[in-house]
This record gives sequence, C-alpha cells and structure tokens, in this order.
Amino acid sequence: MLLEIKNLNVYYGVIQALKDVSFHVDKGEVVALIGANGAGKTTTLHTISGLLKPKSGEIIYKGKNIVTISGNKIVSMGMAHVPEGRRVFADLSVAQNLKMGAYTRRNKKEIEDTMAMVYDRFPRLKERQTQKAGTLSGGEQQMLAMGRALMSHPDIILMDEPSMGLSPIFVNEIFDIIKSVHKDGTTVLLVEQNAKKALTIADRAYVLETGSITMEGKAADMLNNDSIRKAYLGE
Amino acid sequence: MLSFLTSLVNGLSLGSIYAIIALGYTMVYGIAKMLNFAHGDFIMVGSYVIFIFVSNLGLSPVIAIPVAVVLCLILGVTTERVAYRPLRNAASPLAVLITAIGVSYLLENVALLIFGADTKSFTSVIPWSGITLAGGEIRIQGVTIITIITSVVILLALQFFVHKTREGQAMLAVAQDRSAATLMGIDVNKTISLTFAIGSALAAIAGAFLCSAYPSLTPYTGAMPGIKAFVAAVLGGIGSIPGAMLGGLVLGVIEILARTYISTQLSDAIVFGILVVVLLVKPTGILGKIIQEKV
Repeated sequence: MLLEIKNLNVYYGVIQALKDVSFHVDKGEVVALIGANGAGKTTTLHTISGLLKPKSGEIIYKGKNIVTISGNKIVSMGMAHVPEGRRVFADLSVAQNLKMGAYTRRNKKEIEDTMAMVYDRFPRLKERQTQKAGTLSGGEQQMLAMGRALMSHPDIILMDEPSMGLSPIFVNEIFDIIKSVHKDGTTVLLVEQNAKKALTIADRAYVLETGSITMEGKAADMLNNDSIRKAYLGE
Repeated sequence: MLSFLTSLVNGLSLGSIYAIIALGYTMVYGIAKMLNFAHGDFIMVGSYVIFIFVSNLGLSPVIAIPVAVVLCLILGVTTERVAYRPLRNAASPLAVLITAIGVSYLLENVALLIFGADTKSFTSVIPWSGITLAGGEIRIQGVTIITIITSVVILLALQFFVHKTREGQAMLAVAQDRSAATLMGIDVNKTISLTFAIGSALAAIAGAFLCSAYPSLTPYTGAMPGIKAFVAAVLGGIGSIPGAMLGGLVLGVIEILARTYISTQLSDAIVFGILVVVLLVKPTGILGKIIQEKV
C-alpha cells in the first residue's frame, strides 16, 4: 500500500469536516474520491499533503505516518499536489512556475530533463514558456499546475478538481493527460465533481458524503450502481 | 545652480538612506504580507549598538557595524518568531499590525530606560571628509558618497539574490501564494524568517548612515525615517524592490529640495502630501503593478 488513511478526523474550529475517514491507494492505481460540494474532498487532500493538521487519525505514506511532518517536507517524499483552482504563480512566467515545481530537487541536469518531458507532454506550455502564468487560459493554467507538480518527479500525485471550470474540450484533454501520467507509472489520487469522467479513468473509487466515506468499490461497478448514477451521474 | 547641485546630491544621499530602510519594509510587506511598523525602531537599535561600540568602547566602526547588523538581524527574526508569527493566521490582519505598533513602542521605551531621553552625539562611521568640486564651490561629504554607493550595491545584491538564488525564488513563491509555495516544498516559516533577517540587517546599515549624516541619537531616531521610508515604499510601489529604491531616492530629493527652496518646517508636510497624492492618483505606486488574474 502506497498511501493509507486511517480514521482521519479534521476540524475547522468547531465544525467537523472529516469524520473517521479511512481509505487507501495502492501503488500504480488511479483512485477517485467523488462527492458533492462541501463533502470534504479538498479537506482530505489538504490533510494528506500537510496543509491541514488532523485532530486524530493516521496518514501512512510509504510505511511512515506523515501526520506530524510539515507540508513542505512531504513534497520531497515524492508526493505532489495539484491544488483546486490551479494556484499557479500568476506573476511568474510559465518556465519559472515549472522550475518552482522542482524546488526540492538539486540536480540541474535532471531538472532540465524533467522540464523537457513536461514540455513534450504539454506542447502548449512550451509555446508559452516566457508568458506570465496569470495570462494563461483556465485550461492552460491547469496544464501548468499539472506540469509543475510533475516537476518534483512524484510517486503519487493528488489532483483536486482538475476539470473545474474548463470547457468540455479541455476537460477531455486534461483527463487524457491524467491517463498518460498514470500510464508512465505515477499513482493518482483524483478528487472530482465530474464523477462520470473520474470513474471512467479510475481503478477504484470512494464516495465522500458530509465528511464520511459512504461507499467504496471498483470504479467500473460504481458506474453501474443505481444510487451512484442517481446521485452523482445525473441519470 | 551650484547650490542646487549640492542639494540634489544631499537629497540623493538622504534618499539612499530611505531606500535602504524602504527595501526592508517592502520585502517584509511583499513576502510576509505585513507592515512592520517597528522597522524604523530597528534602525534606532542598530544605531545605539554602533554608538556604544564606537563612542563608549572606542572600537572601530569596522567592528561596530557588523555587530549591529547581526544584533538587529537577531532582533528582527526573534520579533517575527515571538510577536508576529503566532498572529499570522489571526482572524483580522489588524492584529499583527497593532502588535507591530506595540513592538515599536516597546523598543523605544526600552531604549529610553537604558539610554535616557538625552540626545547622544553620534560619531560618524565614515571618517573620510569627502571631495570638493568646481574649485571648492561644491563640497560633497564622504558619508554622502558612501551612502549612495552602498544603497546601489545593496539594491543590486538584493535583485541578484531574489532572482538568481533558490532562497530568492522561494521568497517570490511565498509572496504570491503561501499554500502553493508549501506544495512546492518551500518552508514558508523559514522564508519569512529570512526576509525579516535581511530587512532588519538593512535597518542597522541604514542606522549607521543616518546617524553619521545627522549625528543626534535618541530613542525616537528611527521613528520618523521609518515612516518616511514607508512612504517611499508606497511611492515606488510597495512590494517592489526597485520601487523601494526609486521611491526612496525621489522622496529624499524632494525633501531636501523642499527644505532648501520652500521651507524647512514644511518639508515633512510636503513629503506626506506626496503620499496622499500618490494614493489618489496611482495607488499602486510608480513601479507597482496590478496583476490581472484569470481564474
């Protein structure tokens, strides 16, 4: 198991955002976390990557409980997080943003190789490497945020709502990219409101409802599950 | 004409002092997102340290200045750690602002307690008397020249540091988005500490020049230059390093010219009047920019 979440309880002040959340991600999987707005999906990812500290529970990553480790140190353990709303550095160029993604790495040659790989995967970013990130379109910013995460050469990548606010063409493109990132050996934990798309590319999925996991299973089974279809697939 | 040139050079010199202070102000604002109103008092602390070492202990400024720089650096980092960091995520951004004002009064009153209210006569750290030009018509003091040169060197060093080093890049990232910076593997706390270290060290250097040019030292010595440097930072575009430099120089020149040609009493009013005008006409300052963000 690459990542195991055990009985996670997270609070914002007195409000409990996550209640006894447990799930796991195996190496090489794409695991989707689906659920409505406010279900706690983003909170879960923030807690895993150390931006939030849980009240109780364990996050076992590569056999180590990382709950007490600060967010910036978790990155160098091979975990990258593409945050909701992209959060690119608007005032920096595309190339500078990518370099920022490689902050934890020291070997210049390796960084350049990864950069070339990212540009291969996102030709559009290469075209715009000197442009300020703030001037990119939403879809391009999403690509930049993903490219930036890949720059740390992660073993697992957490993606928070990568399709949010994008045109259907971009949505398809972004999901194709997630598939290809996965194919190259990166484990993916995907949070999505677009449940249909997420379930299509995921191996397994968990449903999060008001802070608790209410259902889990193979993604393909969930696509055919009546209650899921009604609640999340709009059928 | 000659007196105008003299005033201009003096203005650039005073402006350079403002610039060095403003650089610290603007970096702390840009990266830690707070106005450290105690920044001016770090100047005073640095100046007293130099005063003790040079006037009381009879040591060379070559020793006194580095000691003052290190002590101010420690003071700045400690202040941030003890007084500002716990309030960083406070519900209101006013909490840390008011604390900064509190730190300012604390430093002034501790200085009052230790050194008393009487004015100390500061010995210039620049023994060089300067140069005379135009057949003795224009005299430029050594401290004037060294101040201007030092400020330019500091500006270039900071620009290099911010744009070319790993720590500088971390500062740029933290300035824009702390959470995203954390997700890049950047230690936000360390980066903010470093910013305070640099800003406070610069305050000590500014203190050495300020008190060499205007050699009367009291516990309130840093307050006014601190506020003027803040005006300079806003004038240049707060958060911008070249802006702080430009704002400092412009403000220094205006202040000296106003003192020479309009009125000594009114010069401060003119300086603060400029702040009001800038805020009305171009709130982002001369080099400040409005970033158009697409979401």
